[in-house]
Amino acid sequence: MNFELTEEQKMIRQAAKDFAERELLHDVNERDAKSEFAGDRVKKLAELGFLGMMTDPKYDGGGMDTISYVLAMEEISKIDASVSVLMSVCNSLVNWGLETYGTEEQKEKYLKPLARGEKIGAFLLSEPEAGSDATRQRTTAIDKGNHYLVNGTKNWITNANCASTYLVMAQTHAEKGHKGINTLIVDKDTPGITLGPHEDKMGMRSSDTHSVMFSDVKVPKENRIGEEGFGFKFAMQTLDGGRIGIAAQALGIAAGAFERSLNYAKERKAFGTEIGNHQAIAFKLSDMAVKIENARNLCLKAAWLKDQKQPYGYMSAMAKQYCADIAMEITTEAVQIHGGYGYVKEYHVERLMREAKLTQIYEGTSEIQKIVISRALLK
Amino acid sequence: MKILVCISEVPDTTSKIKHINDNKELDKTGIQWIINPWDELSLTRAIELKETPGSKVESITVVHVGLQDSEPTIRKALAMGADNAIRIDAQPQDAYYVASQLAKTIASMDFDIILTGLDSADFNGSSVGGMLAQQLDMASISAVTALNLEGEKILVNRDVSGGTQTLEVQPPFLATVQKGIAIDPRIPAMRGIMMARSKPLEVLEATNEVTPLTEYVSYEVPPPREACRKFPEENAKELAHALHNEAKLI
Repeated sequence: MNFELTEEQKMIRQAAKDFAERELLHDVNERDAKSEFAGDRVKKLAELGFLGMMTDPKYDGGGMDTISYVLAMEEISKIDASVSVLMSVCNSLVNWGLETYGTEEQKEKYLKPLARGEKIGAFLLSEPEAGSDATRQRTTAIDKGNHYLVNGTKNWITNANCASTYLVMAQTHAEKGHKGINTLIVDKDTPGITLGPHEDKMGMRSSDTHSVMFSDVKVPKENRIGEEGFGFKFAMQTLDGGRIGIAAQALGIAAGAFERSLNYAKERKAFGTEIGNHQAIAFKLSDMAVKIENARNLCLKAAWLKDQKQPYGYMSAMAKQYCADIAMEITTEAVQIHGGYGYVKEYHVERLMREAKLTQIYEGTSEIQKIVISRALLK
Repeated sequence: MKILVCISEVPDTTSKIKHINDNKELDKTGIQWIINPWDELSLTRAIELKETPGSKVESITVVHVGLQDSEPTIRKALAMGADNAIRIDAQPQDAYYVASQLAKTIASMDFDIILTGLDSADFNGSSVGGMLAQQLDMASISAVTALNLEGEKILVNRDVSGGTQTLEVQPPFLATVQKGIAIDPRIPAMRGIMMARSKPLEVLEATNEVTPLTEYVSYEVPPPREACRKFPEENAKELAHALHNEAKLI
């Protein structure tokens, strides 16, 4: 067993840290308050290759392993989870899905510009009445011979406005249930697609989230991913990997809140000494550090399994559930350590607490992860 | 046109500095090493010049005096965009030693522009660049704040009292550079990081003919910064007294 990172992995972690501190930190609170998307910074992130970092270089990606991706996600999420969620959707859902299940023609046309960061992708699964129960897709993709006709509404879509390429799950054969679902690659500028207003969220307010409406949208047959009816399986397989990204994001949110709390505990004085010298605070810091170390090890193990081409769905569910849950606990404690200052925006921890909450909900709630884990145990 | 950038490695500013061996030596335990910030900016500017459309810059080489454990720092320079690297296999001892090692190696090579940082963030000696130029018998310009290629011309800026001096320079020359040469250091792109592994890093033996001229007697860490003292608005007099008599700032 070797816990040492490679030279490249360390360099990627440092590059992500430098990017987040230099480009994102200075206005992260302001963008959060205004729900403002960091389009210019996303462009820089793309130019550095972070949006296609795991894609094979033969499809113009960076060819990095999943461990490097976890390290980069953690560093960016310490500062700005609204940006890291975009990175996660691009890397683990859209690019990975296309690279693993797309045809060569689809990869040439859609994956390459995504991997180069010239275009951004979005993953359209959730619906107003289909969240955790993703089998209940009401969006339809009716087979019209040489094309599908798509109608319906998708909810909570990250990157909905900034993306050019959508991966859309839709029901083609309702009688077959989830085995009748297809995944289609849809150009966002196809006639019949409209966006709802930017969602006014509790956290990750500057991420680009909208509902997307499809009204008689024609999608060429060759844009279907995999065989007829493969769509639901595609979504589930892709989300297995996506969970590693969101686990790393939750880890970063927790670690960011922890680092701020540790610094604060060394500076803030009460009752004649730095508050870190009081056991009430020291023990909180100790508990936080243990949880973060556990969370990081789970994330890296899930990533390592994926890199070793071993089954990783069980471990990625564990990582996602644990990291999200401890992110909520740790950010709440971080606010507590900061006292009144934790409840105002200047010290960042109240924002991190709001961001942490979403990691327990999206890409499979903590409860859904427990279903995945327990089913694997009881199988 | 070939550019050589001399890089040294220094402790990251967040590293805790301690000394050992009767305070004569830095304790390297747990130190995170980085490229000296001025050197990193020099390299960034060299890369920017090479990337300019129609650029006359053919190659950027980085050179470093250090032992094998400094190779991650050199790889970062390659990931940023240097084409190749040279490591002179020696423990840097003082400015004269480093400049002499560099001079012995560079003398037989052909570079149009040599860049060094104004100083290194650890020893602040500001000496290597000047000593190197002297030993190479090469023109040198100190404290350069801009380097531009305009057609056949090479223009450099220097800060002078009350303004900026612009010089047109004939290669080969050495410039020690400072703030202004580039805005921010280049963050290595994913592709650069992957390519860094396959770029040439040549290790050259150090010469035994050089002896350092400096003996370090003792190092002392400055006292920790004291906590902030607050004076109520109505006590301006007390504040002035403290600034004058305690801090001795006014």
